[in-house]
Amino acid sequence: MAVPVDIITKQTTPSSPLRFAFGNVLAFFILLLIGVLAFSIRLFSVIKYESVIHEFDPYFNYRVTQFLIKNGIYDFWNWFDDRTWYPLGRVIGGTVYPGLTLTAGTIWKVLHSLNIPLSVESVCVFTAPVFSAFAAWATYLLTKEVKGTGAGLTAAVLLAMVPSYISRSVAGSYDNEAVAIFALIFTFYLYIKTLNTGSLFYATLNSISYFYMVCSWGGYTFIINLIPMHVLLCIVTGRYSSRLYIAYAPLVVLGTLLAALVPVVGFNAVMTSEHFASFLVFIVIHVVALAYYIKGILSPKMFKVAATLVVSVGVVVCCAVVAVLVAVVASSPTKGWSGRSLSLLDPTYASKYIPIIASVSEHQPPTWPSYFMDINVLAFLVPAGIIACFAPLSDASSFVILYLVMSVYFSGVMVRLMLVLAPAACIMSGIALSEAFDVFTRSIKFHISRLSDTLQTDVVDIIPGNGATPQIDVLKADKKEDLLKERPSRKSKKKEKENVEKPSIKSKKTEKTPLVLPIEASFFALFLTVLLGGFYVVHSVWAAAEAYSAPSIVLTSHSHDGLHVFDDFREAYAWLSHNTEVDDKVASWWDYGYQTTAMANRTVIVDNNTWNNTHIATVGTAMSSPEKAAWEIFNSLDVKYVLVVFGGLVGYPSDDINKFLWMVRIGGGVFPHIKEPDYLRDGQYRIDSEATPTMLNSLMYKLSYFRFVETDGGKGYDRVRRTEIGKKHFKLTHFEEVFTTHHWMVRIYKLKPQKNRIRVKPKKSKSKTSSATPRTGSMKKNPWH
Amino acid sequence: MGKSATTKDDAQALFHSLRSAYSATPTNLKIIDLYVVFAVSTALIQVVYMAIVGSFPFNSFLSGVLSCVGTAVLAVCLRIQVNKENKEFKDLPPERAFADFVLCNLVLHLVIMNFLG
Repeated sequence: MAVPVDIITKQTTPSSPLRFAFGNVLAFFILLLIGVLAFSIRLFSVIKYESVIHEFDPYFNYRVTQFLIKNGIYDFWNWFDDRTWYPLGRVIGGTVYPGLTLTAGTIWKVLHSLNIPLSVESVCVFTAPVFSAFAAWATYLLTKEVKGTGAGLTAAVLLAMVPSYISRSVAGSYDNEAVAIFALIFTFYLYIKTLNTGSLFYATLNSISYFYMVCSWGGYTFIINLIPMHVLLCIVTGRYSSRLYIAYAPLVVLGTLLAALVPVVGFNAVMTSEHFASFLVFIVIHVVALAYYIKGILSPKMFKVAATLVVSVGVVVCCAVVAVLVAVVASSPTKGWSGRSLSLLDPTYASKYIPIIASVSEHQPPTWPSYFMDINVLAFLVPAGIIACFAPLSDASSFVILYLVMSVYFSGVMVRLMLVLAPAACIMSGIALSEAFDVFTRSIKFHISRLSDTLQTDVVDIIPGNGATPQIDVLKADKKEDLLKERPSRKSKKKEKENVEKPSIKSKKTEKTPLVLPIEASFFALFLTVLLGGFYVVHSVWAAAEAYSAPSIVLTSHSHDGLHVFDDFREAYAWLSHNTEVDDKVASWWDYGYQTTAMANRTVIVDNNTWNNTHIATVGTAMSSPEKAAWEIFNSLDVKYVLVVFGGLVGYPSDDINKFLWMVRIGGGVFPHIKEPDYLRDGQYRIDSEATPTMLNSLMYKLSYFRFVETDGGKGYDRVRRTEIGKKHFKLTHFEEVFTTHHWMVRIYKLKPQKNRIRVKPKKSKSKTSSATPRTGSMKKNPWH
Repeated sequence: MGKSATTKDDAQALFHSLRSAYSATPTNLKIIDLYVVFAVSTALIQVVYMAIVGSFPFNSFLSGVLSCVGTAVLAVCLRIQVNKENKEFKDLPPERAFADFVLCNLVLHLVIMNFLG
């Protein structure tokens, strides 16, 4: 705790208040610079491209924010969106996590009330960097509670630059994680603060911060399961104290209430298995608290009697309650867990039962190189930090260790959860680095003081633990150390400077025998550690600039004749918004739903929310069927335009032909006549002349490669699949092409209207109808046949 | 039987020692304990009522029960902080503890009123 250290320093040397003040001012300025660093390292995409919103999900959040700002909060809560998931619509108020949009809306409102006319888009683009600066400060506060100011500053600097967090909070990435990570770290900080101080005020703040986290991200279940686990750990390892009770019990009650207040969570806060751990530990902590209380007021003999009585009665009651609970939980098919949580606990669950969750690329398990890419040097500083946390082990450091272990497990299940690992890794590495610096600088200081001992006649004993140190000599010796410490610190980064005030506090603490290394070794080790930090900084800046700053909506490529910019997506959406009616429905694969509604402002059939598997399977089936069948499906959904993304001309690898197998799988999961082996030749997915007829006749193939041979004089060479296409010259009977973008990346087709005159061929048309519409269960019969 | 007699004696001895130990606690703590018992019993009454009548406005039931449980928990926290035998909190003035208690209750009841429907 902070208080005893102050008292000790004040008692031992009178010069330390000045040093303390100097240290505090320095720490404050370092924190300010860390905030600026965190903000500016995320601006690469704005500098290299433009201030635009990235990817897919941020466009939905942007559209919701626009609606909120235009219509106000009451209409926002009651908003039913009829421009997506046609004809089902989506209840936005009850299915969106409102934290991010409410935050950005509040910032916009505040700025506008101060007459600063920032546009909504600017506020949305820059929300993430601003909150990453806040997250760095929250990391400082959290690590300070665990180990002290030096570790806090180091951890804050590491978090400001860790590539994993940059990837999800770059300027323009307007997604939930931008504010959620700040809320996560801040909630953990307040929990640790309550645990350390036992103050109910911080417990209240903790609950409010938890509420903000619930508003922001579905990952809040991590908090409400990690904290009970830590409480259980503390109880089991004999660290129960009344501060633990104050830290945990109000959080459960207030937290559950606040979580139930958010519409998207609602009654799930008390009814799903994700929250049961907190209730269970709530009961456990009350039992333990009662046991300790009774132990306190009874004599030991009587306590034994009480224990035997309680155990015999309590076991019976416990069994009854557990039996009831198990019966209730086992009655639901998923044992009360949601699909996404189950796929986290059992990594193979999604691929067996929910192909949509399995198909998202960020839900795949990470590879080993991605650990090095995302947390770099921290990956091997973390074990050192774990050891540093064990010496000494306190409630706070046991919490950080538990957090790290849990987040390592979850990051191994899904790549996108590396983001939850990043703060834990930064905290651990910060602790490790600051302990290492502590040892080195203490060795240097010790050796320098011994050197100055031989130079000065009077004995200067600045070995810690001695309170009656003569003041003048201490000052002189300290000045010498400062001069010497300036040398390594001048060629180091700013995180070095906090060592000036850190050793002065740490060296006045308890140890009697200083653990020191030889002076040359410590200088060399200090230099190497600084070099390590240098590697980390270089890598982070490179990752931020090259790997994670691409907005995905604008692509660039460097070639011998300069920079090519591929702005095809926005070209297509602009064409749609200018050349179609407001009420026209556009069908595409679900990846592009959010962008289409936000930028083209047209109604879509399926979008990235992927809440209705059958609807997506319908679109997938349509894309996999021959032209006529696909036309029927789309016509039953009132679709006017179909949009496909095609990368074969320019070599864009994430186009619809590469995603086509997922369309087949998802469609086949609901409509059994779509079988994946029909589209594969010998188990291989091909689109060249060896492709299966089902593949060559599917709508996706036809819409992607219609007139493709005209681009390269008859060969039809697909740059992504690196072969010539199978069927080269064909006509479209039920669709007509209305727009193809400049680089052929987005192609828009219109459904041809029904023919007025139907040539009746009795036998043939009957067989045609029966073979073309076997899916009568899924859509209404076409009235024209 | 002898065993049941000894267990009965044990239970009585336990009861007596508990009673004597508890009567030694100061009055202000006893008042807080009474408040906790009141809150918990109110919660139990609400649960029994729900079992009889059904849980239709579930948010009202939740907010009612959780407000009782919440004030009980907060009162226990207050008791912990005000108890003079607790060495961890000996330099926490009881006024500060009470102010925290009031603040937390305020937040709790604001949320309850919002959730009550």
